[in-house]
Amino acid sequence: MMLEIEELSVSYGAVNALSSVTFSAQPGAITAILGANGAGKTTLLRSISGLVKPRSGSVCFEGEELVGKTVENIARRGVAHVPEGRGIIEELTVEDNLRLATLWCIRRRERQGAIEATFELFPRLSGFRRRHASTLSGGERQMLVIGRALISRPKLLLLDEPSLGLAPLVTAQLMALLREHTDGTDVTVVLVEQNARSALSVSRNAVVLNLGEVVISDTAAAVAADSGLRHHYLGF
Amino acid sequence: MSLFINITLDGVSSGMIFAALALALVLIFRATKIINFAQGAMAMMTTFLASSLLAQGLGYWWAFVAALAIGFVLGALVERVLIRPLKGKSELNPVVVTIGLLVVLEGIAGVIYGNASRGFPAAYSQSGLTVGRSKIAFSHFDVFIVVAVLVLMIAILVLFRATTLGLRMRASAFAGEIARLLGVRVGMLLTLGWALAGVAGSLAGLLVAPTSSFSPYYMDLVLVYAFTAAVIGGLESPVGALIGGLITGLCISYVGGYLGSGLQPLGALVLLMVALMARPEGIFARHSVRRV
Amino acid sequence: MRQQGPPRHSLDNTSWLRRFRLPTQPLLRHLILALCGAGILYLVTSSLSPYNDYEIGEIALYVIALAGLSLLTGMNGQISLGNGAFMAVGAYTMALLMTHTQMNFIVELLAAIGAAAAMGLVIGIPATRLKGPYLAGMTLLFALALPPIADKWSTTFGGDQGLTTTVPNAPGNINPEEWLAWIQIIGALITLVLLANLIQSRFGRSFRAVRDDEIAASVAGIHVGRTKVLAFVISAGCAGLAGGFLGLSTGVVNTGEFPLTLSIQLLAAMVLGGTGSLMGMWWGAVLLVYLSQWSTSLSGYFNLGSGASAYLATIIFGVVLIVVMIAAPTGIQGGLRWTWRRILGLLFRQPAVIHPASGLPDDRVPIYQSDER
Ligand SMILES: Nc1ncnc2c1ncn2[C@@H]1O[C@H](COP(=O)(O)OP(=O)(O)O)[C@@H](O)[C@H]1O
Ligand SMILES: [Mg+2]
Repeated sequence: MMLEIEELSVSYGAVNALSSVTFSAQPGAITAILGANGAGKTTLLRSISGLVKPRSGSVCFEGEELVGKTVENIARRGVAHVPEGRGIIEELTVEDNLRLATLWCIRRRERQGAIEATFELFPRLSGFRRRHASTLSGGERQMLVIGRALISRPKLLLLDEPSLGLAPLVTAQLMALLREHTDGTDVTVVLVEQNARSALSVSRNAVVLNLGEVVISDTAAAVAADSGLRHHYLGF
Repeated sequence: MSLFINITLDGVSSGMIFAALALALVLIFRATKIINFAQGAMAMMTTFLASSLLAQGLGYWWAFVAALAIGFVLGALVERVLIRPLKGKSELNPVVVTIGLLVVLEGIAGVIYGNASRGFPAAYSQSGLTVGRSKIAFSHFDVFIVVAVLVLMIAILVLFRATTLGLRMRASAFAGEIARLLGVRVGMLLTLGWALAGVAGSLAGLLVAPTSSFSPYYMDLVLVYAFTAAVIGGLESPVGALIGGLITGLCISYVGGYLGSGLQPLGALVLLMVALMARPEGIFARHSVRRV
Repeated sequence: MRQQGPPRHSLDNTSWLRRFRLPTQPLLRHLILALCGAGILYLVTSSLSPYNDYEIGEIALYVIALAGLSLLTGMNGQISLGNGAFMAVGAYTMALLMTHTQMNFIVELLAAIGAAAAMGLVIGIPATRLKGPYLAGMTLLFALALPPIADKWSTTFGGDQGLTTTVPNAPGNINPEEWLAWIQIIGALITLVLLANLIQSRFGRSFRAVRDDEIAASVAGIHVGRTKVLAFVISAGCAGLAGGFLGLSTGVVNTGEFPLTLSIQLLAAMVLGGTGSLMGMWWGAVLLVYLSQWSTSLSGYFNLGSGASAYLATIIFGVVLIVVMIAAPTGIQGGLRWTWRRILGLLFRQPAVIHPASGLPDDRVPIYQSDER
C-alpha cells in the first residue's frame, strides 16, 4: 500500500524535466520532495496526478498503475493534488469550492456534515462561506485548498509548495496540521517544498531533486544531517 | 405615440429571441472561450428538420420538442467531432471551423430544401392583442416568445445555481484543470454545455421562423444580433445575455421603425461599436477583459 | 573539444546549385520574382483565348484580396469575416467616381483602396482593442450590414442594377480582355511585392510579435493596438483594390456581387492556400475562380437541379475550412514547402529543419501550430 515511482521521465519538447526518477513514499508518513527552482518538483506531482503524460516510467499506487489514466479517474482513486499557487476556483464561493470536492466521494446526505467539519477545522473560513473565493487572503486561500483536499479523505495527498507566501507562524501551524492528519493513518503525503527546513522537520523521508534527477532519497533526518548536501541543494 | 409603443413591444419580443441565441453563445463562450458562429445555422437546421416533421403530419408540439432534442444532439456532436480536435491550438482555429460549419449547414439545407422560402407555423395566433379599444403589435405568439425564453433562462439559472451538476459545469468552465483534479469529468460537461447551447439556439430558431423568410440564411442576421447582445452582456453571464438581448432588440426595432428595416444591421453595428468603445468588458462581466 | 570535420569540398557536384541564390536583399529579390512572374503571365495571357484572359485577371484580383487577408491572419493573428464587404466598398467607390467624375483611372483605384482602408479604420479601432472574437463578429456584422445600405439609397448606388464601370481603352490593338488581365496582374504583382517587403520590415516583425504574444510585444515597446489596426487597415485596403478590379471585370457593381458568402469564400481560399503565405494565395485564387464552375458541373452530374450548384459550392468551401483547419493547417503552400524541403534534404543529404511540435519547416510554422502551453 504505497506510492512507487519507477524510472519516471518527463520532457517538454526538447527540455527534459525529469530523468529516470525512482523513489517510493510510505503511508502514514510525509515524504518531502526538495530542490531548487526548476528542479522538476511540480512536474513530478503533475505526472502523478495525470496532468502531464510521462515519456516513460511508471507511477504505481496501491498496486495500480496510474500512468495512462485520466486526471479525473486518478482523482477518484483517492489522489488529491493541491496545485502550485492558485488552487482555488475564484469564481465559486468558499462553500462551493468545498462541496465540489465531495461530489464523487461523499453521499448526498453526508456532504453538508463534511463541509461543516472542515469549517470546524478552519474556523476562520466559516465566516466567509458564501463569499467568492477570490476575496480570500493568501493564508485563507491556502486553508481552503488544504481543507478541500482533506474533505475527500484522500489516500494520497500531493501538496505543491503549500507554504508559499505564508508567514512563518502560519507555515508552522500548517505543517503541524499535516503531521496530525498523517501520523497513525494510512494516508500517504508527498510534500513539495522550497522551504526545506520546515518540510524536513515534519517529514519521515525526503527526496532531493536536481535538474530532474534524484540526488538522494533517504530519511529526512539523514538528509538534514548531511551538511554538504544541505549547502549544495537546499540552501541552508 | 402608439407607433412608439408598438415598436417597443416589437423590440421586446425580438429582443427575447436574441437573448435566447445570445444565451447559447454565452454558454459556450464562458466554458471554452469560443464564439460558435455556427449557432444560428445549427438552429436553422433543427427548425428545417422540424418543418419536415410537420410536413410528415406530426403535431406542432411534437415537432417543437423534436427540434429542441435534435439541437441538443447536434450541439454535443459538433463539440465532440469538430471542436475537441482543436484543443490546445490557436484561438483562431475554432472561428474558422465554426464558420465552415455555418456554410456547410446552409449549403446542405439549400440542397435539400431549395432556395424558395417556406412558411413555418407559429404556436399561437400572430394577430395583435386588443388592449382596451386598440389593437397593439403584441400577439399571443409574442407572449409565448417571452414566456418560453424566460422559462429557458430560469431553467438554466436554476441548473447552474441550485444543482450539483450546475456546480460542476461552472467549475469546469472557470477552472477546468482544478475541476479535473477534484474528480469532475470536465470533458463530458463541456459537451453538455454545447448540447444545452444547441437547445437554446433551437428555441430561438423555432421562435424566429414564423416571422422570417425562413430560407437557409434566415438565422444569419439573428446570429449577429445575438452576438451583439452577448457582447453587451459581457459574454459570460446568462442574465447579461437577457439584458443585452433586450437592448439589442429595442435598438434594432427603433432603427427599423423610424429609419427603415434595411438599416437595422447597420444599427446593430453601431451599437456594437459603441458598446465596445464605452465599456469593453460588457455591462455584466465579472472580470475585466484584457485590454491591449 | 571536438575535432572539426574536414573542410567541406567546395567543388562537389551540387555546389553550383547551392550557389545559385536569389539576392538576399528583400526588395531586389521580390522585384526579380515579380518580373519573372510577369514574364510567365505575359506569355500565358497572349497565347490564351480572351475568356481565359478574363479568368486569369480574376485570379489576379483575388490574389490581391487573399494576400491582404493572409497578412492579417497569418502574420498578425486576426480574423476578418468581412473582407468581401471591403471589396464592395472599393468597388462602389471606384464606380461612383467613374460615373460622376472624369478622374484618371489610377486615381480612381487609389480612391477605392483609400475608402476601404478608411472603413477598415472605423471598424478596426473598436474591434481590435480587445483580445478575443470581437473582430470576427464585428466584421461578420459589417458584411451583413453593407448590402442593405446600397439598396436603401438606391438612387446613389444604382439599386439592383448597380453602377457600371468602364475599363480604360487598350493601347494599340491589344484586345480588351487581355488588357484588363494585364492591369489586374500588374496590380497583383505590385501588391505582392509591397506586402512581401512589408512582412520583412520592422512592421512585419511587430505584426508577428503581436500575433505571438501581445503582452510580450507591448513590453518590448510595440504599440499593440496600433499594430493590430494597421494590419487590419492594410488587409481592408487590399480588399478595396481587389473590389475595384472585380468591378472592372464584371462591368457592373451591385450588391449581388458581394454577399456574405464572398467573405467566407475568401477565408476558405486563404486557409487552403496556406495562411500567412503570399505565394500560396495563387492556389486559393484559382479555387475561388474555378470552384463555382466545377460545382455546376458536379451538380449536373448528380442531377441536383440548377439552384443546387451554388449551394454545392458553399458546402465545398465549408468543408475546405473545416478539414484544412483540423487536418492540414498550413494549407497547400505549407504542404508544398514541406515536400520541397524533403526533396532538397534527400538530394543534399541535409536533414530539413523541421519544427519539432508541428512537423513543419521551421521558418514557416504558422500560428495555427504555435505550441501553446
Ligand atoms: N509547461 C512547460 N513547458 C515547458 N517547460 C516546462 C513546462 N513546465 C515546466 N517546464 C520546465 O521543466 C523544468 C522543471 O519545472 P518544474 O517542474 O516547474 O520545477 P519546480 O517545480 O521544481 O520549480 C524547468 O526547467 C521548467 O522550465
Ligand atoms: Mg514548482
